[in-house]
Amino acid sequence: MAWTRSIFALLGALSVAATAPGPAAAQTAAPTLNMAVGAPVTSLDPHFHQLSPNNAVAAMIFDRLINTDGQARMQPGLAESWTAIAPDVWEFKLRRGVRFHNGNEFTAEDVVFTFQRVPNVPNSPSSFAAFVRPIRNVEVVDSHTLRITTNGPYPLLPQDMTNLYILDRETHQGVTTEDFNAGRAAIGTGPYRMVSHRMGDRIEFERNEQYFGERPAFARVNYRMITNDSARTAALLAGDVEFIDQVPTADLARLRQDQRLAMSEVTGLRLIYLAFDHHRDDASPFVTDAEGRPIPRNPLRDLRVRRALSMAIDRQAIVDRVMEGAGTPSAQFFPPGIFSFIPDFPAQRPDAEGARRLLAEAGFPQGFRITLHGPNDRYPNDGRVIQAIGQMWTRIGVRTAVEAQPWTTFVARAGRGEFSAFLIGWGSNPEGSHPLRNLIATQDRERGWGASNRGRYSNRAIDAQLEQALREIDDARREQLLIAAQRAAFEDVAIVPLYIQTNIWAMRRNLQHASRADELTRAQDIRPR
Amino acid sequence: MTVYLLRRISQSFLVLVAMSMIVFVGVYAVGDPVEILISPDADQMERERAIQALGLDLPLWEQYGVFVWRALHGDLGRSFVYNEPALQLILQKMPATLELAFGSMFISVLIGLPLGMYAGLKPDSAGSKVIMAGSILGFSLPTFWVGLMLIMVFAVQLGWLPSTGRGETAHFLGLQWSFLTANGLSHLVMPAINLALFKISLVIRLTRSGVRETMLMDYVKFARAKGLSPARVTFVHVFKNILIPVVTVVGLELGSTIAFSVVTESVFAWPGMGKLIIDSINVLDRPVIVAYLMIIVLMFITINLIVDLLYSALDPRVRLEGKA
Repeated sequence: MAWTRSIFALLGALSVAATAPGPAAAQTAAPTLNMAVGAPVTSLDPHFHQLSPNNAVAAMIFDRLINTDGQARMQPGLAESWTAIAPDVWEFKLRRGVRFHNGNEFTAEDVVFTFQRVPNVPNSPSSFAAFVRPIRNVEVVDSHTLRITTNGPYPLLPQDMTNLYILDRETHQGVTTEDFNAGRAAIGTGPYRMVSHRMGDRIEFERNEQYFGERPAFARVNYRMITNDSARTAALLAGDVEFIDQVPTADLARLRQDQRLAMSEVTGLRLIYLAFDHHRDDASPFVTDAEGRPIPRNPLRDLRVRRALSMAIDRQAIVDRVMEGAGTPSAQFFPPGIFSFIPDFPAQRPDAEGARRLLAEAGFPQGFRITLHGPNDRYPNDGRVIQAIGQMWTRIGVRTAVEAQPWTTFVARAGRGEFSAFLIGWGSNPEGSHPLRNLIATQDRERGWGASNRGRYSNRAIDAQLEQALREIDDARREQLLIAAQRAAFEDVAIVPLYIQTNIWAMRRNLQHASRADELTRAQDIRPR
Repeated sequence: MTVYLLRRISQSFLVLVAMSMIVFVGVYAVGDPVEILISPDADQMERERAIQALGLDLPLWEQYGVFVWRALHGDLGRSFVYNEPALQLILQKMPATLELAFGSMFISVLIGLPLGMYAGLKPDSAGSKVIMAGSILGFSLPTFWVGLMLIMVFAVQLGWLPSTGRGETAHFLGLQWSFLTANGLSHLVMPAINLALFKISLVIRLTRSGVRETMLMDYVKFARAKGLSPARVTFVHVFKNILIPVVTVVGLELGSTIAFSVVTESVFAWPGMGKLIIDSINVLDRPVIVAYLMIIVLMFITINLIVDLLYSALDPRVRLEGKA
């Protein structure tokens, strides 16, 4: 019976190890921070690929004229102040005495150089060019003052500047993306300097002791990429890393109970919503009547139907059961506290009775059939959320088939308008015009509107309000316009907001983290407790 | 012989061409890389610029033509995602995968051979039954699950081994290897065992059946009758003869281990080619997918060719020129 005893001994050891606090060594802060992120950083060139993981690393090495805090509010970065001295002219006062990691001084010329490089990065799969396109002229008043003239009044210029990382004219003349990846050109003004980079595996940093802003707590950072969710959690539990992002919701309950760990959470800026086919007047491809026969007209064009479909959804139940609490039911793009949040506009409460009545009024007392599409590898629990919604819709008589597919296939088909109804997400800039322009505005190539309006919603009144807001320099007036436009869009059920995702990080108990609504995971936000 | 070689090489070339075409059309059919790579808030102008920058505005046959032209000049294209030559990206990741593959082969032979011999020599003992039952587990447990369990037990609960990653590396022949440092070796152990599990079972079963067959052979009986010690019979007469099929199978397995260690590499965050290819498939990074598959095809073709040549050298009954 020796083997039985040894297995019991093993089990006993396991349970002790699971409940006992970690080894003493883990309790004191080491000078090196080991952290792991869930999404691979694909380039250290800050202008090559507009992608959150790349931006997070860029925000460690480089600075922007205007930085953002955890709540996505603008903070002075390399610019100390900025004012609109005319509706189409902005003056930026730059910070003096800032040096790049190689000792070069930061001046206005570097900003001009950056603006020139941004639209000219070869082979970029998603460039930052849109942020400099509104700029007509840049005037260097003195070494630390800039005047930027835009094409017409452009209130979003400061917001755009929170996306552009500033390079050095002397250092970065003619450098390529490969030079950044190899580390030769990864030289900025930011709180960390890059020491080594192994593509898709890890980046090592050391603190920039000359940083003009708040000094980061850790002198060295080992920034690892562990894309597999379970492996990332295991690395934290095993003590190989002290900090992880994108905590899988399946592990949340367990990690919250673990005495050795602490969590950091914040309601983000990513809304998960449903979009409808607004485009077709006649039959929509995945809608049939209750018996499965084609319907000659598209029921989703009827406001009462859209409202009924929204009312049928129990958002709180989805957040609680499917998302393990990692979300907030919402009826709009933003959580409270963000510019152009609509006050007194609470999330829709579930009302199956009311939904059935609306359907009957719209001429569908027997309901109809629909297929709800969605990705199954893009957002946390996306495939399960559409299943839940399918059941809720079926309960009000809209017999729903659910089809989840990989993002690669899904997003191309959604973009071609092949679906009748689908789930998708949107991460906003903290300014109402951003989601309005991309998701709600009528598609218009010339103006660059509606590029992600995959349901082809179109409402001229909202377009007009947005147009006006985009030329309004006064923040208070612009906010009112944006609130009115958003309210109109949601009352017309242009899209069906479901919930805003919660961003969650997990760390050893001896650390604390300043959470960020924009999902970026940066070492300078982490300190010993 | 020369004719045979030429024929093989031209066949291989055809396979390569077919492969690249299939991948080109396949990725084209799955979706649009720009839709996946581009920032969601990019406007129509920016989308068109990106499509042009990646050369996706040309008709498919023209894109393929450009690819072939460049490939003939030794350039398999640049990764859409990393903006680095695809071939270079893959070769950078190759040492990590190679050492993982060789590590797992080593483990599987080290463990599989003795256990298989034991099970073959004493087929009725309790130990043999345990070994054979265990080998069934090795065949049937899914790799990712075993990998996670290994991490949970040895890294999370016991804390003996690091959970993921490659650890420290040392320079050797101009490349980075982690089996040369203690830290790197400790990182290598678990993924190598995970990858070896299936092969251990394979080697056990091959060895066992080989031993059982050989033990009944006349030359073994004769050796015994000569009065040789059991140890000499086992380790010289039996062992040598069972080694031939084992070596053949292990050699062929090596190819598939190098090519398809995807699951293990992603569970253990092992920065090898498998992880690269899965990341590339997720974002439809066509140049990397094409280059990877071409390298793998080339590798299999080479291994098969070597095996065929070796057979003809070892076994005079196999003729290469003969009409197959």
